[in-house]
Amino acid sequence: MLKVSRLSKSYGLPQGTLSVLREVNLQVAAGESVALTGESGSGKSTLLHLIAGLDEPDSGEIVLDGKAMSGASEGDRAQMRREKLGLVFQQFNLIPSLKVGDNLSFQARIAGKLDFAWLSELAGRLGLADMLDRYPEQLSGGQQQRVAIGRALAVKPSLVLADEPTGNLDEATADEVVRLARELVARSGCALLMVTHSTRLASLLDRRVHLTAGQLT
Amino acid sequence: MTALWIMRVLLSHWMRHRMQLATLLIGLMSATALWSGVQAINQQARTSYDRAASAFGGGNTAMLLPGDDVTVPQSLFATLRRAGWLVSPVLEGRVRIGERSVRLIGIEPLSLPRDAGPAPGLSDAKLLQGFLSPGGQTLIAPRTAADFGWRADQVLTTESGERLPPLQLAPDLLPDLLVADIGFAQTILRQPDRISRFLIDPAPGGERLPLAQVAGSQLRLVEAGSESDLQRLTASFHLNLTAFGLLSFLVGLFIVHSAIGLAFEQRLPMLRTLRACGVSASRLVSVLLAELVMLALIAGVAGLACGYLIASALLPDVAASLRGLYGAAVPGQLVIQPQWWIAGLAMCVAGSLVAAAGALVRVLRLPLLVSAQPYAWQLSQRRWLIGQALLATAILIAALAAFRFGTSLLTAFAVLAGALLGAALLLPVLLNVMLRTGEAMSRGPVALWAWADSRQQLSGLSLALMALLLALAVNVGVGTMVGSFSKTFLRWLDGRLAADIYLVVPDPNRAAGIEAWLRQRPDIDAVLPAARADVRIGGEPVELFGLADHATYRDLWPLLEARANVWDGVRDGRSVLVSEQLGRRLGIKLGDRVRLPTPSGDWIAEVGGLYADYGNPKGQITVNTDQLLQRFVAAGRTRFGLRVKSGAIPEVMRELESTFGLGRRDLADQATVKAESQRIFNRTFAVTSVLNAFTLGVAGVALFTSLLTLGQSRLPQLAPLWALGVTRRRLAVLELCKTMLLALMTALLALPLGIGVAWCLIEVVNVKAFGWRLPLEIFPGELARLLLVAMAAALVATLLPMLKLGRMRPVALLKVFADER
Repeated sequence: MLKVSRLSKSYGLPQGTLSVLREVNLQVAAGESVALTGESGSGKSTLLHLIAGLDEPDSGEIVLDGKAMSGASEGDRAQMRREKLGLVFQQFNLIPSLKVGDNLSFQARIAGKLDFAWLSELAGRLGLADMLDRYPEQLSGGQQQRVAIGRALAVKPSLVLADEPTGNLDEATADEVVRLARELVARSGCALLMVTHSTRLASLLDRRVHLTAGQLT
Repeated sequence: MTALWIMRVLLSHWMRHRMQLATLLIGLMSATALWSGVQAINQQARTSYDRAASAFGGGNTAMLLPGDDVTVPQSLFATLRRAGWLVSPVLEGRVRIGERSVRLIGIEPLSLPRDAGPAPGLSDAKLLQGFLSPGGQTLIAPRTAADFGWRADQVLTTESGERLPPLQLAPDLLPDLLVADIGFAQTILRQPDRISRFLIDPAPGGERLPLAQVAGSQLRLVEAGSESDLQRLTASFHLNLTAFGLLSFLVGLFIVHSAIGLAFEQRLPMLRTLRACGVSASRLVSVLLAELVMLALIAGVAGLACGYLIASALLPDVAASLRGLYGAAVPGQLVIQPQWWIAGLAMCVAGSLVAAAGALVRVLRLPLLVSAQPYAWQLSQRRWLIGQALLATAILIAALAAFRFGTSLLTAFAVLAGALLGAALLLPVLLNVMLRTGEAMSRGPVALWAWADSRQQLSGLSLALMALLLALAVNVGVGTMVGSFSKTFLRWLDGRLAADIYLVVPDPNRAAGIEAWLRQRPDIDAVLPAARADVRIGGEPVELFGLADHATYRDLWPLLEARANVWDGVRDGRSVLVSEQLGRRLGIKLGDRVRLPTPSGDWIAEVGGLYADYGNPKGQITVNTDQLLQRFVAAGRTRFGLRVKSGAIPEVMRELESTFGLGRRDLADQATVKAESQRIFNRTFAVTSVLNAFTLGVAGVALFTSLLTLGQSRLPQLAPLWALGVTRRRLAVLELCKTMLLALMTALLALPLGIGVAWCLIEVVNVKAFGWRLPLEIFPGELARLLLVAMAAALVATLLPMLKLGRMRPVALLKVFADER
């Protein structure tokens, strides 16, 4: 489902070139949930951004559902993000001007894949059914993150990429959010790749890969 | 030392946000430049009036002026001196020399008070001797002599053939002025034994008899320091300019307020850190104040330099308008006084402090332990909109009260200012309603986001949009007013300039010969003699204008209201016609009786009609020519209007020139007079057009700087959409469409507001300022043009920030998702 081959990325700095990822290889199968761990600055977020097509690699290949993300035009990458990926960020990154209901359905609607039954189920399972008419600012951090997860899953993506989704939440809420995410991912049949610092949360997922000095172990 | 360190920390923000710093400085500079430019023009003009008024009597010297007439007999001089009044006689008038009309003042140098205006060069005993010699001298400023191409010792001859004493250059003399001994002046001006005014020497003298006992009602006392006629007549003109300058200043302050507000938001974490490190709130505010004053002074100096350039560029047009409208001589070259610099800088600093007041108060109340709530926009926006709506309502009610109960020009401007400010404050509320409606009606998710996001953006863009609304409304208002005036003025000119040829022959004997010649010509349908005389009514200078009794005037004279058979009454001297502005100033209504002082006694007549007399600052009363000449014998039958058969005008003009040696200054055809009137009209409003364009330009800058500064803070709203699959290009196009939509909504709201402004200018301000009321005319083509200009300005202002977004490197958008954000 996701195949990352010999992926490298470096950044030019005034002090010289900083190599963040060095020939990284990774495969994630459909229905599988994988935790991506590593020290701060090890390149976890960079890897996630490259897979999401938000940034371009120096070399290597990213193939999602048989289609190459790397090397695709910006328009094609945007289309793949819309239709095949669900993104969850630490800061939630909800759209503050839209109500919860509109935030939940936003990506599915722009991808033309809105499924009301699925959206309704998601809202119910995420405990958001009574909050659809509220604005994000009126929700707690945990509730906002549940909206972000719902938005990512509403499009029925092939892969959900989550970058420290519980970084802003307390332990109990974090556990609840991850458990819920895993359950819904399994229910929808998609894969999950989640960046986390927490070994405890990583242990809740099927598999764990660790990034050290730009390489996966 | 601590303060310096805090200052260094605060200034580091500007180093990292140079565009924001530029925005702040541009705002302050624009505000100061336009305000100080207008003030420089006003100051220059007022200084000229003061100098003109203080030339041998006026603002600085107490005077005795004629009660009802324009001049008084010279015999009063001796009577007054005998009664203990230390007075000096002055005679004033205008003479035509070649193509020029010059002010001539006759003085009596021995009795002239020491403080009677700028020294005419007579303090030197040798010069005084020359002035008093039998041949006399005519004093003239060297600059005036150079401008007119005259030289010292030249003997000038007036149009009527009188010779002036030889010219003597007097460096301290006012421009456009000739000064001669009163004896010469009486001969040259053909006013033998007449005096225009007496200057009173403030030196302590003996007992003096009461004025009424000495001169009856022939003279009235005007104390030193009284406002001159010129100051009074031009007050409205300068108030209009000041209002424009103030509006531009306010629009500039919108930019400043927006830049300071944004800087405050961005510096919030820095300010919290400083407070957490032990900097007291008062210390922090004082350093912020010092920083603001420093920036204001830097921008103020640059703004004043720009203001000087603006004033220099506009002054020739203003000077020409003032000369054309009021006969005021204002030098076309700018002389700046130190007070102007100080006042400009003070205004700039005060404006910055007002614009920053809200942010400074928030610093004083800054809670240390409360974290920022980045997404609490919905609640705060609702509170803000309610506050705006309440404030707007209060201001609009105050404006309504000023309209209902106000009587002065200042209250008229208060009505205008209140209406504009109230509407500007109401703008975000109305836009919010419109955007909410759009949001409710939208179908697609991106469209839904665009409407909702526009609402969220409102608080950030509202000041710039308010500035755009104000600038556009004033443009529409002033444009509509000028257009209405222009159309009315042209119609009015057709009525006022009904004759085909106008003829002035200063010598009455010569004029009689020409009139007889004209009456024999078959190609002339009518010879319409006219006449004029000056009187004072209720202390106001009033021109009596004589018209022949003829169908030309009966059919075309621009009467606003009249009694039945009014022209018969005018012909018989029973009725007079009063100009609209004089009627309004003196409270004269149709059917009232007026008393006109004449050399042969009072002339009491009924007001048979009121007529439009646009552009004339003086009051005017129209009477029958023969009736006027019977009472003012000295006025002379010297002016004629001719009705000429179609196509014969050039021939009649040519023959008048060749047969009687008349020149272009004596003779004018209707088309030339109309063209000249229109030229003066257009020049008068040229300054208004330039200030209009400047104000719109400043509003464009306000929109541009707001969008530019908002650009960075908008990233958290835009980056998630990009991450969800909306391309940067599409985002940029969406942003462009959203801003253009907001600008379009604002411009559409500005149109009815502008028409309201025009109504206010025509029905309230013009009536109070000039005394005339015009019909309001709407020009759809002009409104469409302004709408297009506004949209073009918005497009230009939006383009650069949008291009930046379209070309933004993904890494900038990625930063939004960084954990460390």
